[in-house]
Amino acid sequence: MAILANEIDIDLVDRIIDRSGSDPEALIGILQDIQTEWHYLPLPALSHIADRLGIPYNRVWAVVTFYEAFTLEPLGKYHIQICTGTACHVRGVAEIVRALEDELMIETGHTTPDGEFSLECAHCLGACSMGPVIAVGDEFFGHLTRSKALEIIEELRKRSGVDLK
Amino acid sequence: MKITSPAKLRDTRNDLSGRQAEFSLTVTVCGGTGCRSSKSLAVFNAFNKELAKRGLSDSVRLIMSGCHGLCEKGPNVLIEPGSIYYCRVKPEWANEIVESTIQKGELIEKYMLIGLKTKESAGNQNGSQVHPYQVREILKNNGKIDPLDIGDYITHGGYESLSKALFELSPENVIEEIKKSRLRGRGGGGFPTGRKWESCRKIQADSKWVICNADEGDPGAFMDRSVLEGNPHVVIEGMIIGAYAVGAHGGRVYVRNEYPLAVHNLTVAIEQARKWGFIGENILGSGFNFDIRINRGGGAFVCGESTALMASLEGKPGEPRAKYIHTVEHGYRDEPTVLNNVETWANVPGIVLYGADKFRELGTEGSPGTKIFSLVGKINNSRLVEIPMGTTLRRLVEDIGGGVPNKKKVKAVQTGGPSGGCLPESLFDLQVDFDALTEAGSMMGSGGIIVMDEDTCMVDVAHYFIKFLVSESCGKCTPCREGLKEMDRILGKITKGEGESGDLNYLEELGEWMKAGSLCALGSSAPNPVLSTLNYFRDEYMMHIADNKCPAGVCKNLIEYHVIEKNCTGCTLCAKVCPTGAASGVTKQPHSIDTVLCIKCDECYKACKFEAIGK
Ligand SMILES: Cc1cc2nc3c(=O)[nH]c(=O)nc-3n(C[C@H](O)[C@H](O)[C@H](O)COP(=O)(O)O)c2cc1C
Ligand code: FES
Repeated sequence: MAILANEIDIDLVDRIIDRSGSDPEALIGILQDIQTEWHYLPLPALSHIADRLGIPYNRVWAVVTFYEAFTLEPLGKYHIQICTGTACHVRGVAEIVRALEDELMIETGHTTPDGEFSLECAHCLGACSMGPVIAVGDEFFGHLTRSKALEIIEELRKRSGVDLK
Repeated sequence: MKITSPAKLRDTRNDLSGRQAEFSLTVTVCGGTGCRSSKSLAVFNAFNKELAKRGLSDSVRLIMSGCHGLCEKGPNVLIEPGSIYYCRVKPEWANEIVESTIQKGELIEKYMLIGLKTKESAGNQNGSQVHPYQVREILKNNGKIDPLDIGDYITHGGYESLSKALFELSPENVIEEIKKSRLRGRGGGGFPTGRKWESCRKIQADSKWVICNADEGDPGAFMDRSVLEGNPHVVIEGMIIGAYAVGAHGGRVYVRNEYPLAVHNLTVAIEQARKWGFIGENILGSGFNFDIRINRGGGAFVCGESTALMASLEGKPGEPRAKYIHTVEHGYRDEPTVLNNVETWANVPGIVLYGADKFRELGTEGSPGTKIFSLVGKINNSRLVEIPMGTTLRRLVEDIGGGVPNKKKVKAVQTGGPSGGCLPESLFDLQVDFDALTEAGSMMGSGGIIVMDEDTCMVDVAHYFIKFLVSESCGKCTPCREGLKEMDRILGKITKGEGESGDLNYLEELGEWMKAGSLCALGSSAPNPVLSTLNYFRDEYMMHIADNKCPAGVCKNLIEYHVIEKNCTGCTLCAKVCPTGAASGVTKQPHSIDTVLCIKCDECYKACKFEAIGK
C-alpha cells in the first residue's frame, strides 16, 4: 500500500468505492468515477478496486479493455474529441482527422509527449447541424475546414502559453 | 411534498398552474446539445441579466428547455404567448429583444425564422411553420417545459397517466391497451411492446425488472438523447407504468456516458420523482413500489444489444449471448426483464391516458404512431423531427429538411445506423415504417437519417460502417469478428483501386454467411450497409474496380485534382486555401494544380465558387 499511496490518493479511490456500496455490479461506474477524477485509469487503482470488491484482477482488466471509454494513458490538457459520426463523415471529417493527426504528430487515441493534446474519435456529438465538428471540453467548434482546425490548435497553444516551435 | 393520492395530484396541478399564470410571459431558450454547442447558455445568461436589470424577473419566466428540433438555426429562443420564434440568437440581442418584444410587444423581423415574419404566422406556429409536416406527440413538451422542474411536467399533464393506470386499470388492462395500440419497439427491431410485456407478466417470480435502453449507439443519431434531456419525466412515467403492468419493482436506465446532460437531467428527474412520491414505496398511495437507478454505459456500441446491455449492467464486459434464452424469463441478474427503448417508454403514458385508438389514428396499419428521426448529413436543415409513420422519404428530405445544400443533387439516404442500409433517390416515395424499410433492404433502426449527395461515395460509406463495426464487434463469435475484418480488407482494396472482378460476389457471399452465422444482431445485420449499396449502387462499385474511378471524388487514390480552365476566373481563392502551394496562378488568369505537391485535402474544391476544380 505504501507505493500506492505515493502514486495516487488511495483514500479518494476508497471513497469512490464506498459511494457505490462496494458492489461488484458497480464496477463500471467506479471506473468511470476514477477516470473522471484522474482523466485516465491509474494502474494502482485497478488492483485496489479488485481487492476491495473481492473480484479477480483479470475481471477488472477485462472490463477496462473491453469498453472504449476507458483509457490507461493520461489524456492531454486539451482533450480533443473529433466527431466521426455518420453525418460528420459524409461532410468530410476524415480530412480533419488527417490534418490534426499530422499537425500534432499523434494518432487518434493518443496523447502528445508533452501532455498538451490528446485526440479521440467520438461517434456523434449531437451537433450534426454544425458538422464536421470537434469538441474540446465543453467548447464546440463546427463547420470545420482543414485550415480552421489548424487555427484552433494554434489558438489552444497560445492559450496554453507554450510555443512549440 | 409527497403526493399521496390522485386527488392530491390534481390539487397540486391546479396550484402549480395558478402560480405559473402569474407570469405574463415565458422566454424559453433551447438548451439541447446542438444549441448549447452554439453557445445558448450565454444567451440564457444574457436574458437573465437583462430581465433582472429591468425588474422583470418576477413577471417573465425564463427557462432553458430541451431540444426544439431546429438545430440548424440555433440558438433558438421562443417567447410565449404569441409563439415568437427567434433564431441564431446572440447574447448581445437580449437587450433589444427584451425591450422591443417583451416590454413593447413588437416583433423584430430580422431575427425571426423565414416564413414566420408576421404576427399572424408567428401566432400559429404550432406545428405548421416551425415544424412543417410534423406531428409532435412525444416531443410536444420538449421546448415548453423546464426539464429540471417536475412541477412543469405536472402542469403539462404529467403523471396523470400513471395515476390512471394505478387506480383505474389492472396490470392486465394496461397490457391489453398497449397490445391494442400495436406499439412497436422504437429501438430498431420493432418488436410488439405489448407482447413482450405480456410474456413477462405471465412469469411467476419474486423479482422482475424493467430497463430503459438509452445507449443510442447509432453514430449520427440523437433522438433518445433529446427526449432524455428535454423531458426525462415522460420516460420515467412510462417505466413506472410498465413496471406496474409486468409486476416489476426495480428499474434501470442504461445511458451513454457520453451524454452528460442527459445523465444529469435524468438524475435530477429521478430524485424529484422520488421526493414527490412517483417512485419509491407506496406510489401515490396505491401500495405499488418501484424504484429506478441509472447506469452509465462504457461506450461500446454492442451494449445496445439487449443481452450485452444486461451483462454490462452486471458490471461485466458487454458480450451478447445466444438468443434462445429469452430475457423476459432470464434477463438482468437472471431474472425476468423487460427492456425497452427510450422512445418506446415515452410513448406509453400517452397511450394509457388517451387510449390505443387515439394512438392508432396516426401512422400506418403495421406501424402506428409517430417516430422521431434525426435528419442530418448533406441537408439544409439538420434537425430533430417527429413524423407520423408512413411519411415518405421525399417529404422528409425535401419538405422538412429543405433539400441538399449548394445546389448539389441528392443521391441517397442512410437509415438504421450500422445495421441499416442506403436507399437511392429513386426510392424516396417509400413510406417510412418498420416493414417498408426492411423490405427495401434497410432498417428503421433507432431513427438516424443521413442524407447523402452526389459528392458522397457509396463504397466509402459502406466501408465507413464496416470499419466502425470492426472496432465495435465484441469478438465473441467468428462470423462477425472475422467476416467484418474480411469485408474491411476487400472494401479497402476497392477504395484504393486494387479491387478485382470477383470481389463483389465474394462480399455478397460473405454477407450471407455472416447473416446466417452470427450470434447477435450486430453481426447478422452488419452486412446490410454493404449489401444494400451493392444492390442499389453496383455501378459505382464497378467503376472503382474496372475503371479505377471514384465518380463522387472521395477515394483519394482514384482522384487527381485539376483546374477546369473554362470555368476558372482566376479569383485566387484556391491558391489562398491550398496548404501546400499546389494550387497557384496569376490573378484573373486560369490557375493550375501541381499534382506532385497536392495532398488531396479537398480545400480548393470546397472553396471554389465557379465549379472550376475537377477531380
Ligand atoms: C448491435 C445492437 C445495437 C443496439 N443498439 C440499441 C440502442 O442503442 N438503443 C436501443 O434502444 N436499442 C438498441 N438495440 C436494440 C435492442 O437490442 C433491443 O431490441 C431494444 O432496446 C428493445 O427495445 P424496444 O423493443 O423498445 O425497441 C441494439 C441492438 C443491436 C443488435
Ligand atoms: S455526426 Fe457529428 S455531431 Fe452528429
